[in-house]
Amino acid sequence: MNYEMTIGLEVHAELNTATKIYCGCRNSFGAQVNSNCCPICTGMPGTLPTLNEKVVEYAVKMGHALHCKINPVSKQDRKNYFYPDLPKAYQISQFDIPLCEKGYLDVMVDEAGSIKRIGVTRIHIEEDAGKLLHDESFSGSLVDFNRCGVPLIEIVSEPDMHSSTEAKAYLETIKAILQYIDISDCKMQEGSIRCDINVSVCRPGEPMGTRCEMKNVNTFSGAVRAIEYEAKRQIEVLEAGGIIHQETRRWDDVKGENFLLRSKEDSHDYRYFPEPDLLTIVIEKEKIQRLKDELPELPNQKLKRYMEGYGLPYFDANLLTENPDKAAFFERCLEKENCKTKNVSNWILGDISRILNEKNLVLADTALTPEKLTNMIALIEKGTISVTAGKTVLEQIIFSDKTPEQVIQEKGLAQISDTGALEAIVKAVLDANPKSIADYKGGKTNVIGFLVGQCMRQSKGQGNPTVLKELIEKQMQDD
Amino acid sequence: MELFEMTAASLSEKLRKKECSAVEITRSTLGQISNTEKQIGSFVTVCEERAMQKAEEVDRKIAAGETISPLAGIPIGVKDNICTKDVLTTCSSKMLYNFVPPYNATVVDRLEQADAVIIGKCNMDEYAMGSSCETSYFKKTKNPWNSEYVPGGSSGGSASSVSAGEAVLALGSDTGGSIRLPASYCGVVGLKPTYGSVSRYGLVAFASSLDQIGPLGRSVQDVATLYSTICGRDPMDATSAVREYGDFAGKMNRSVKGLRIGVPKEYFGDGVDPEIKTAVMSGIDLLVKEGAQTVPVSLPSTDYALSAYYIISSAEASSNLARFDGVKYGYRTEKYTNLLDLYEKTRSEGFGDEVKRRIMLGTFVLSSGFYDAYYKRAKQMQQKISAEYALAYSQCDVILTPTSPSTAFKIGERTDDPLKMYAADICTVTVNIAGLPAISVPCGIASNGLPIGLQMIGPKFSEQLLFDVAGCFENLCGGFGVAPAMKG
Repeated sequence: MNYEMTIGLEVHAELNTATKIYCGCRNSFGAQVNSNCCPICTGMPGTLPTLNEKVVEYAVKMGHALHCKINPVSKQDRKNYFYPDLPKAYQISQFDIPLCEKGYLDVMVDEAGSIKRIGVTRIHIEEDAGKLLHDESFSGSLVDFNRCGVPLIEIVSEPDMHSSTEAKAYLETIKAILQYIDISDCKMQEGSIRCDINVSVCRPGEPMGTRCEMKNVNTFSGAVRAIEYEAKRQIEVLEAGGIIHQETRRWDDVKGENFLLRSKEDSHDYRYFPEPDLLTIVIEKEKIQRLKDELPELPNQKLKRYMEGYGLPYFDANLLTENPDKAAFFERCLEKENCKTKNVSNWILGDISRILNEKNLVLADTALTPEKLTNMIALIEKGTISVTAGKTVLEQIIFSDKTPEQVIQEKGLAQISDTGALEAIVKAVLDANPKSIADYKGGKTNVIGFLVGQCMRQSKGQGNPTVLKELIEKQMQDD
Repeated sequence: MELFEMTAASLSEKLRKKECSAVEITRSTLGQISNTEKQIGSFVTVCEERAMQKAEEVDRKIAAGETISPLAGIPIGVKDNICTKDVLTTCSSKMLYNFVPPYNATVVDRLEQADAVIIGKCNMDEYAMGSSCETSYFKKTKNPWNSEYVPGGSSGGSASSVSAGEAVLALGSDTGGSIRLPASYCGVVGLKPTYGSVSRYGLVAFASSLDQIGPLGRSVQDVATLYSTICGRDPMDATSAVREYGDFAGKMNRSVKGLRIGVPKEYFGDGVDPEIKTAVMSGIDLLVKEGAQTVPVSLPSTDYALSAYYIISSAEASSNLARFDGVKYGYRTEKYTNLLDLYEKTRSEGFGDEVKRRIMLGTFVLSSGFYDAYYKRAKQMQQKISAEYALAYSQCDVILTPTSPSTAFKIGERTDDPLKMYAADICTVTVNIAGLPAISVPCGIASNGLPIGLQMIGPKFSEQLLFDVAGCFENLCGGFGVAPAMKG
């Protein structure tokens, strides 16, 4: 039996403001346990929150990026529940009037560039909770309050996605936008983006099924696994004649399965009510417009421009635009106008990405400049050095102040294009491979590649392969 | 007259004229505390050492020829729900029996900057929930006029300390009448300021949208001086109003010529003791003789105010008091098997009955399915009451009512009947609901020998007008003072 799945996502992103949402504590990850907290974010008696205006600005920027209606007047509410990582026993969030609502996001769902529009229900601001830690030296749990009061935005989508691929594309686009407008560090391993996933299944043409929510999904690949797992679980229940109950389940990415957290009957009554310690949030029209005007070119617009304007394939354009630093570096390379666009893309996505991945670095951590890279590519294009030599040059210029020219000179990497010097090598190689000559003459012209390779080896990589090929062909025909 | 009986204004003058020292004032007050505290029980904590140190510091400043603030060297009691750095702050609850805050409330910072001498932390109804000071975990405070009677609440210890001469001034907090009611029961002056004029930072919250810290004293001028010191914008409190305040005591003009006094019939109904009606009406007559005129006004929703008040305040309290869970500070149950057990036992053992009653009420009115029927309608009633006040102030300048429908009641008399206890607030709650300022001043003695209070309610930020009218009334009455039984 065929089933269709429906997915809705709630993405929580930690904002990278300098200070927390309701107090002056620094908003930074990785500080010593309980060193980034104060009487306010730990909810001590008598203390009061005051709203960090930057949080509102950041959320409004995201609202604009997702084409939302920005509410000039919104309010904050208390969400009440008991847990040791929530020291006030309520989270300040937004209930019925969020900062932004009714937007959408266009995501590219395949390499042909097909667009799928996904509705954005709302974006609201709220505070993060602390973290429970467990220590073997102590039988109970310990609480780290550093994360208490870290500002979050929650982005709620419509149930508009119907495959894990669409959900992943949505999540990746959201992440890219957060990075482009620079409001979140988007460090998945630090939990700065987390999502809750709602999944339901139904037979095609029938009304949407009952949804289940999965909590605790911290990676995009985990989201794909969680969705596939949950859809399969629901289908199995239905196929066995069962029915789906609305419930909250917890995703365990290590085990690759989810388990029941609470059923609808046990769901919390959060007793939301307007937060009396804070004023209504009022944003002037001019400010809303200014924040819109300040938005940079967003990843989807850039991707389209790279494909249509630069003629790059989707694969290149997609990878180049996935983070703003990489795209900016690429564009600064093109400004030099001294080499081919596709070659710049190939180098950035090829060897440079490989080196960065191996060392777990980003471009900004290296000594590579657009000038050095494009000069090197230009030298390859001119035939001054081979592509192979180029790889050696890159290894040097990426971590030192040396220019490509300096490296070429020091290492003697310039190509030999002088036929006189190469003829002797060609002769030696042909003498050593009489069988290849016979094959060639017998019509197997592809042995030429092998022979060029042999010559390159003899020349220690410095022979110009184009010249070598010509010489080989000429000699064999002369024989 | 002993030093402890004098007003802050006269003590400050004596200090400036070097007729006495700050140490002598503090010692006199501490002496009175040691004489009367066993009988009255105003304080949870008496800060003897700290007070003497501060007094010595003030004397050094005077000796060095520095100009001193009007509150320098003046012994002040602080209600025990206002955080004092390094000094126990219990809210008179078992839940916070050991809580020593590492920070000051903004008002305490301001008192310290003004070199006031914090003499002790005043007893109160647990978490400010009560009208008699009987729900305190530690002790029952007695009325200095007659120790068989309650001092009123919740700021009972603040009012009794001022009335007994155990403090010259005191800070209380008022959510539904908690400054004005005990002020009237103890025969002192008490101001509930406009919501937003005094920072709530460091006041352990009961109902955040209604709570306001305010002064109690034995003269209108003293209350105005203390109010001038504590009011003002505080960036730590988002609900604190952005505006400038002057020196209220310095600007006092005790004239009521041309003043239109609104008299709302709803506050003089059957529920009000006839003796009190008579006393308040004769008080109003005194002002009329001075050139004021009366205007009949109507506040028709007053009947619903008490219900709206208990819904809104309990709803907020249920959330505000959720943080007392035994995890980080205060009381924690001794034996528990898991997290839920820790929460349940800690809160069952740490809170008293009245607090639990309000938490349950508040939790109920916010529950899904009941929110619209209770909380939402109470908030609508709040709008209506505010609108009725606005209409009344188009016809008059100030509204005068009794502070309470009766004088102080006997200890234990109402503890078994919460509704009767709540009724003591009937004349005061609308003021909190509308965020208005109101002052209670003594206006006579009832046949049972206990003081009667007159409440003056003004529009928002009309504290200066209230001080002017109350000051005029004080002149006409011949001044207020320490309870007769407590005189030196």
